[in-house]
Amino acid sequence: MNVPRHWREQIRRYRLVGSKCTDCGRLSFPNRAVCPKCNSRNNENYQYAGRGKIISFTNINSPPKEHKYNLPYAVALIELMEGPVITAQITDARAEELEIGMEVEMVTRKIMEYNDDGIICYGYKFRPIVEYAHP
Amino acid sequence: MKPNKSVGIIGYGAYVPKYRIQNTEIARVWGNDPNLVPIREKSVPGADEDSVTIAIEIARNAIIRAGINPSDLRAVWVGSESKPYAVKPTSTIVAEAIAATPFVNAADWEFACKAGSETIQACIAFVGSGMAKYALGIGVDTAQGAPSDALEYTAAAGGAGYIIGSAKESLAIIEASISYVTDTPDFWRRQHEHYPKHGNRFTGEPSYFKHVLSSSKALMEELGTKPEDYNYAIFHQPNRKFPLEVAKILGFPKEKILDGLVSPYIGNTYAGSALLGLAAVLDKAKEGDKIFCTSYGSGAGSDSFSLEVTDKLAERKGKAPSVKSYIERREEIDYAKYARYRKKIRA
Ligand SMILES: [Zn+2]
Repeated sequence: MNVPRHWREQIRRYRLVGSKCTDCGRLSFPNRAVCPKCNSRNNENYQYAGRGKIISFTNINSPPKEHKYNLPYAVALIELMEGPVITAQITDARAEELEIGMEVEMVTRKIMEYNDDGIICYGYKFRPIVEYAHP
Repeated sequence: MKPNKSVGIIGYGAYVPKYRIQNTEIARVWGNDPNLVPIREKSVPGADEDSVTIAIEIARNAIIRAGINPSDLRAVWVGSESKPYAVKPTSTIVAEAIAATPFVNAADWEFACKAGSETIQACIAFVGSGMAKYALGIGVDTAQGAPSDALEYTAAAGGAGYIIGSAKESLAIIEASISYVTDTPDFWRRQHEHYPKHGNRFTGEPSYFKHVLSSSKALMEELGTKPEDYNYAIFHQPNRKFPLEVAKILGFPKEKILDGLVSPYIGNTYAGSALLGLAAVLDKAKEGDKIFCTSYGSGAGSDSFSLEVTDKLAERKGKAPSVKSYIERREEIDYAKYARYRKKIRA
């Protein structure tokens, strides 16, 4: 368990915060110190809206020990509304319920916990958008 | 009780996990009579959900409806009896996730099923005194009953939260509130114990009914209002029966109760219970409607609130999922999967 590392990455993981190059406008996730497009070092935090589309996905059968509690789950490549493509776990839906092109939304969930006495790590996952039904 | 400055709800949010276990399935496992179960089904949190993740969903829905910048919140208060950590606040994790940190008061509140409505009382005072522009209070639980205990049929997961602000920004003005508390040993859980205990003969008359009735009557008396003045009423929902009975005693007809009665479909969400009922009513209510709401927490006490809906509710309610949409998003699981999700069995 690496508590300092989890703490440093908290905001990125809880809120889906990446970076934006203030020179060329390139968006990144995770955040970059150097812009991959123009090599600028002027990058600021950027808050993503948390919406995107599934480009590809796979069902996970043999996860690391810390993720076994959550089986079965899918991992997907998601194209965020703002452009960047990220890899994330899917929650509240199994692989057989997913489709390429499906719209998903970011939620903050438990990623893993270290035994009964360790820290609990929370972070982003994606799920099919909750339909609004208004009474 | 009324603050110096008039306040109200400027945004609200609800959340219920999607998994459900039927009461008949619990009865099947323990050999109980499936005809005598208290409710239809209850919500079960997924393996990656806890009070923190549920509170974050609630908070995000409330912020969307309020349309405020989260850094303007001066308090993020979470009431719960199912904290993931025994020591380490739930509220700081929630505040960080919604970007309300660092100039914010964060604390966890404890009072069995009354912990959520307590945070609302405090938010009213915090905003009403002028110390805070906005304050967020949440009631949330992932409640557990011991296997085969009567509470296992109803102990559920979910909650709701409210952002309190000035009356002129409110979608519902809080006219007044009251608290009624005594030391009553009807339900408790000692440190390091997984499941609560309850004093059977204490659970109905001297606890739930006494406190809900006393608190409700006192607030209506103070305001000079009667059940006929209200369009909706919500009472804490440990099952289906109690809130309907208490409403009848007070003189609220059934049709004023049903829109806020969510326990038959999701169970008792403890600190979330009355607050989720209120959210379901706000999903339906319109300008000018008057709402009465009383919580109950073992130990024991009640908070009562009298509210009046403004013209701002209509434009804000559709900005986040309704309670009904969460109730309808459901996947049934069997007792074995429920036992795994609730860590009653472990790999
Ligand atoms: Zn650049």
